[in-house]
Amino acid sequence: MLKIADKEFSSRLLLGTGKYPSFEIQKQAVAVSEAEILTFAVRRMDIFEASQPNFLEQLDLTRYTLLPNTAGASTAEEAVHIARLAKASGLCDMVKVEIIGCSRSLLPDPVETLRATEMLLEEGFIVLPYTSDDVVLARRLCELGVHAIMPGAAPIGSGRGILNPLNLSLIIEQSNVPVIIDAGVGSPKDAAFAMELGADGVLLNTAVSEAANPVMMAEAMKLAIEAGRLGYKAGRMPVRDYGVASSPTEGLVTN
Amino acid sequence: MKKMIDLNGKTYSVVPEVATIQQLLEHLGLGDRILIVEKNKEILQKDHYDTPIKDRDQIEIIHFVGGG
Repeated sequence: MLKIADKEFSSRLLLGTGKYPSFEIQKQAVAVSEAEILTFAVRRMDIFEASQPNFLEQLDLTRYTLLPNTAGASTAEEAVHIARLAKASGLCDMVKVEIIGCSRSLLPDPVETLRATEMLLEEGFIVLPYTSDDVVLARRLCELGVHAIMPGAAPIGSGRGILNPLNLSLIIEQSNVPVIIDAGVGSPKDAAFAMELGADGVLLNTAVSEAANPVMMAEAMKLAIEAGRLGYKAGRMPVRDYGVASSPTEGLVTN
Repeated sequence: MKKMIDLNGKTYSVVPEVATIQQLLEHLGLGDRILIVEKNKEILQKDHYDTPIKDRDQIEIIHFVGGG
């Protein structure tokens, strides 16, 4: 079970809800993924346009935990404001702190992320900061009392996979709260790798929503995360420099 | 006199029968939507939707959209 604050989840896949080709495909992808935590963004409603369908309103909210993000914020104060708005919906008390510090790479601003996290924890939120793979920053966030830490594998939406497995391993090793690899996952191999490193979960969006077949990819990601987790728990064999025969070297029937 | 408010960044004329936030939401056909209301930069909790609307109020209606 994945335990975040006092909530328990049987799925270790957290799914983003942006950029799907259609609501119908998205609904199927969400169902097949078996994700229990879904991320959302908070935005001004387009009230002057004809009533537009809203994905969240089509969900059975008793089955999902909403994880609103603070995307769009560039300062701690803006992030706190977005988190308060989300909480005022009465639907969630968790928040993904996401404060972008570089518009080109979409990498998070470490200083503002740390500040916002501290402020939100003080207000009683369940806080899951999206952070870079910086080991010391991750430790500082843990020391503040976050409920999970979410280091990125690679820039958001880049699909480049895990760029720094060593840093992620060090973050996982030192963390006393769940580590969820967030952002940059491109394929099932990346998700499995994250879990094999010992991550507690994976948060992804574009890898599914931008796949040629998002529903099939949602299932692939689910299976990859399960496989990676099992592999981690099973304990992998050592890596060697030279070949070691699998077949007996005695009783050979050749000369 | 008609009340003029700033609604989601646009000037909006409130019809006389709309006196509160709840009535505004219903008038806009948003009564059963999942949303959050901010009035003059202050977030309104659900049990405060009976707050009266005054001339020149700045009101934001916010909701959840897809995101990662």
